Amino acid sequence: MDTDAAGCLGEAVSKDQLRFITCGSVDDGKSTLIGRLLHDSKMIYEDQLRALARDSAKHGTTGEDIDFALLVDGLEAEREQRITIDVAYRFFTTPRRSFMVGDTPGHEQYTRNMATGASNAQLAIILIDARKGILVQTKRHSFICSLLGIRHVLLAVNKIDLVDYRRDVFDGIVRDYVAFASALGFKSIVPFPISARYGDNIIYRSGNTDWYHGQSLLDCLETIDIQSETTDLPFRFPVQWVNRPNLDFRGYAGTIASGSIAVGDEIIVAASGRSSRVKRIVTYDGDLAAAEAGDAVTIMLENEIDVSRGDVLAGPTQRPTVADQFAAHLIWMDEEPMVQGRSYAFRIGTQSIASGNVTRIKYKIDVNTGEPPLAATTLGLNEFGFCHVATTLPVSFDPYHVNRRTGSFIVIDRYTNRTVGAGMIDFPLRRASNVAWQPLTIGKQERAGLKQQKPCIIWFTGLSGAGKSTIANIVDQKLFAMSHHTMLLDGDNLRHGLNGDLGFTDADRIENIRRAGEVAKLMLDSGLMVICSFISPYMTERDLVRKLVGKREFVEVFVDTPIDECVRRDPKGLYSRAKSGKIENFTGIGAPFEAPRAPEVHLKTLGQPPEQLADQVLDALAAREIISLT
Amino acid sequence: MNVQNLARLETRTLPRHLRRLEAESIEIMREVVAEFKKPVMLYSVGKDSSVMLHLAVKAFYPAKLPFPLMHIDTTWKFREMITFRDETARRIGIDLIVHVNKDGIARGINPIDSGSALHTQVMKTDALKQALEIYGFDAAFGGARRDEEKSRAKERIFSFRAAGHAWDPRNQRPELWNLFNTRIRQRETMRVFAMSNWTELDIWEYIMLENIPVVPLYFAKQRRVVHRNGTLVMMDDERLPLRPNETPELRTIRFRTLGCYPLSGAIESEATTIEDIVAEMRLTKVSERQGRIIDTDEAASMEKKKREGYF
Repeated sequence: MDTDAAGCLGEAVSKDQLRFITCGSVDDGKSTLIGRLLHDSKMIYEDQLRALARDSAKHGTTGEDIDFALLVDGLEAEREQRITIDVAYRFFTTPRRSFMVGDTPGHEQYTRNMATGASNAQLAIILIDARKGILVQTKRHSFICSLLGIRHVLLAVNKIDLVDYRRDVFDGIVRDYVAFASALGFKSIVPFPISARYGDNIIYRSGNTDWYHGQSLLDCLETIDIQSETTDLPFRFPVQWVNRPNLDFRGYAGTIASGSIAVGDEIIVAASGRSSRVKRIVTYDGDLAAAEAGDAVTIMLENEIDVSRGDVLAGPTQRPTVADQFAAHLIWMDEEPMVQGRSYAFRIGTQSIASGNVTRIKYKIDVNTGEPPLAATTLGLNEFGFCHVATTLPVSFDPYHVNRRTGSFIVIDRYTNRTVGAGMIDFPLRRASNVAWQPLTIGKQERAGLKQQKPCIIWFTGLSGAGKSTIANIVDQKLFAMSHHTMLLDGDNLRHGLNGDLGFTDADRIENIRRAGEVAKLMLDSGLMVICSFISPYMTERDLVRKLVGKREFVEVFVDTPIDECVRRDPKGLYSRAKSGKIENFTGIGAPFEAPRAPEVHLKTLGQPPEQLADQVLDALAAREIISLT
Repeated sequence: MNVQNLARLETRTLPRHLRRLEAESIEIMREVVAEFKKPVMLYSVGKDSSVMLHLAVKAFYPAKLPFPLMHIDTTWKFREMITFRDETARRIGIDLIVHVNKDGIARGINPIDSGSALHTQVMKTDALKQALEIYGFDAAFGGARRDEEKSRAKERIFSFRAAGHAWDPRNQRPELWNLFNTRIRQRETMRVFAMSNWTELDIWEYIMLENIPVVPLYFAKQRRVVHRNGTLVMMDDERLPLRPNETPELRTIRFRTLGCYPLSGAIESEATTIEDIVAEMRLTKVSERQGRIIDTDEAASMEKKKREGYF
C-alpha cells in the first residue's frame, strides 16, 4: 500500500472510515478473507507472520501454505476448535479509507454476535462458497443485515478456484441471490468472484477470471458511496451529561445523533415540548457556529429550561415521537427466554428506563426464511420477534428504519444486569395518547334505534378464493331486502383507497386489518350492520377487532375451504402467480393462515351452494337475536 | 462567540476518520461519568495514555476532569516516564494517584529475578486489583486498542468484571450500536476501553495533528543498551545486571511501546520527530508488541493475563 507518509497525510483530510462486517457460513472462509485483506494491504507485520507460520504448522488446515484464518481467530479455545465464536474487530487502512472489520460468526447459536456486529456496520460482505451456493445461513445473515439496517451488500462468491473459475457458476449464484434478496431492501448488491485463499479479485483483478470486468473487492470498499445518511435527517441530540462547572456555565454534552444545528436555531425538548434557542456550541477547540451528526459537542441554551440526561433535543417542526408503547423488532440474546409481561430495564439512546415489558409478541420471525410463523408467547436465545413494548415512562424515539441512532434500544435483565435483548422500533402504539375523547350525546343505540335494527359486525375470514366475498354479497342482499341498513367492507376494495399504501408484509397485513376494524367500528357506532370480508390471516388481529366492539356485536364467520379447492378455483388467478413466485407473502403459499378456534359461524363450503351458506349466516344472526326471520 | 477560537478551529485539519474516532471516544467517556459513581482513568504514561488524557480533557471541557488519574507503578518504569507523568499531572492540574504493590516489593518481586510473568502478575495485575479495591472505583478507563493483540480484538468497550476482576471472554455483554449496558451490582466493576477502535497509526497521526506531548523515549536518541534475547534493552539505571558477554553500547534507538524498562525492547531508528515516526510506522515490518517481552511468555499469554484481571 502507501509508503509515502507525507503524501498520505496531505490528502488525508477527506479520508473517512468505513465499518463493515463479514458474514458467511462456517467454512465459507470469512477469517481467511479478512486475513488476506490484512496481509495484502500490508497490515500484517513480520513477527505476526512468523507466529502465523508457526501456528499454521500446528493448528492449520492449509498444509504448507499460511492459514490466514489463524491470524483472525483470536481466543485460545476457538483456535483449538477452529471456529470463530465472537465478534472480532480488525483494522486496516489505505490512502483512501480506513476500515474497521467485524468478523461475525456463522453458527446458528451465535446470531446475537452477528446482530451485534451488524448494528454498527454500514456495509456487509456476505460470503458464499461457490461450490455450495446459497445456504440457509446465507439467508439468515442477509435477513439479519437487512433488519439491522445495513443497506449495502458485497456478495463475495468465494472459492471460485475450486469451481475452475467458471463464470456460469458465479452468474447462477448471483442470480439466485438477487432474486432472494429483492425483498430485503438493500440499496446495492455488488457481486465478486473471489478466492480468499489465493487472493483472486481481492486487491487486484485476477487473470483467472478474465470474464469478470468489475472492480476488485478492495477497490469497491475504497470507493463505494456510503453517504452520510444521518446528516440529512431531522436534528436529534440525546443529552448525555449536564456540564455545570460553575454557576455561569450550564451546557448539555452529547453527540449529535442526526441532522445539524446552528447557533440561534430554535430547539425543543422532545418529552416536555419546552423550547429555547441555541446560544453556544462549545468544544475544547473553540466555539462552533454549527455542528452536525457525529459531532460530540456541548450545547448551551438561551434560557434555562429543564433539561437533563435522557432528554432529546430536536427541531420544533420535525419532532421525535414520544410514547410509552411502541411496536418493535426484538432479538433475544439470553439463555433465559423472554417472557411476555415480565419487567425488564431498557436503554434507548441516553434514556434509561428502569422498568418496562413486552406486552405482546405479535409473532416470531423465522430468520432462516424471514417468514413470520405462528404466534408465540416467549422468545428464546437468538430468536427474532415483532413485539409490543410498554415502558413505565414515555420515551422519545424515531422509527429505526428512519434513524438507527434514535430508533434502537437494548433490553437488560433487572436482576442479573445482563444485556438480554436488542430492539428496533417500528412505530408507536397509542398514537393519540394526548388526544382526549370527545363525548357524543347521541350514541350507537339511538342511531340504530332510528333504523330499527341491532348493529353488528359480520366478519368473514378465510383463504383467498374460499368464497368470502360471494357469500358476504348474498348476505348483504338478503339483509337489504329485509330493510336493514347494511354496509359491505371488502378487503380488495379497501386496498384501492384507504389501505392503498399497504402491501402484503405481515406488518402491512396487520395494519390493514387494524384500519378495517376501526372503520367497521365507526360504522357500527353509526348503527349499521357491517359486513366485512377480509382474508385476515392472523388470529390476534381478528381478536383485536373483536375487542374493539361488544362481544354480542361481533360475529366471526369462518369460510372454511380447503387450500386445494381454493387453488383449483383460483378465481383471480392469484394462486398460480404466487406459486410461480410472482407474488410474495401470499396466504396459504408463502404466508400462514391461522384458522379461528371458535368462530360464531363455521361454514364448510365443499359441495355447498353459496345461497345455502348465506342462509346459515342469517340463521346464526337470528339465533343471536340480531335479526328476526319471521 | 470567541473569534480567536473560531480561527483556531479553521486551521484544525483533522481527517474525517480521526474526527469520528475522537467523537466516539468522547461519547464513551461522557457515558461513564454520567452512569458511574466513582470512575478512574488508568494512566500508563505511554502514547495511548497521552491521547486518552487529551480526549478526556476535551470531553469535559470547560469542566475539569471529573475523575482522577491512577498510575500503577511497578517501580521499574523508565525514569523519563516518571518525570513526564508528574509534569503532565501538574500541567493539566489533575489528581494523580500512584499505586505500588508494597506487598510485592516486600517479597522482593522484580522483573530480573522473578521473571517477567510473575513480576507482571504481582506488580501490575495484583496491584491494579488492590488499588481498585482500596479506592472503591467502580469504573476504570484503559487505553487498550483492539488492533494491539488478538484477544483484545474481541473485548467489549465496556468490559464487565465480576467481583474478582476477572474477564470471562465467554460471558461478555453483547454491545450493540452506541448503547452500553452500564449496570453493575455491588463490588462489580467495569473496565472501559474508550479507544478500542483506534489503531497505532491513528494514535500517532492524532498526536501529530493535535500537538500532544509524549514521553521523549519515543524519539530516537543515543542511549545505552545491551543486546538481549534478540531485543535491545536499555540500561535505564544501575539495577540491570549484565550477563556474561554483554557489553553496553551507545546506539540510536527509540521505543514503540513503553513499560518496565527491562521488559521493553527498543528499536534502532533515526526518527526524531513525530513526522519521522509516522513515516517510519508506514514502512515498518514488525508489530508494536514485538518488543514486549511479556506477551510471548507462553501461548495465548495476553488472553490468560486478561482472564486474571490484567488490563
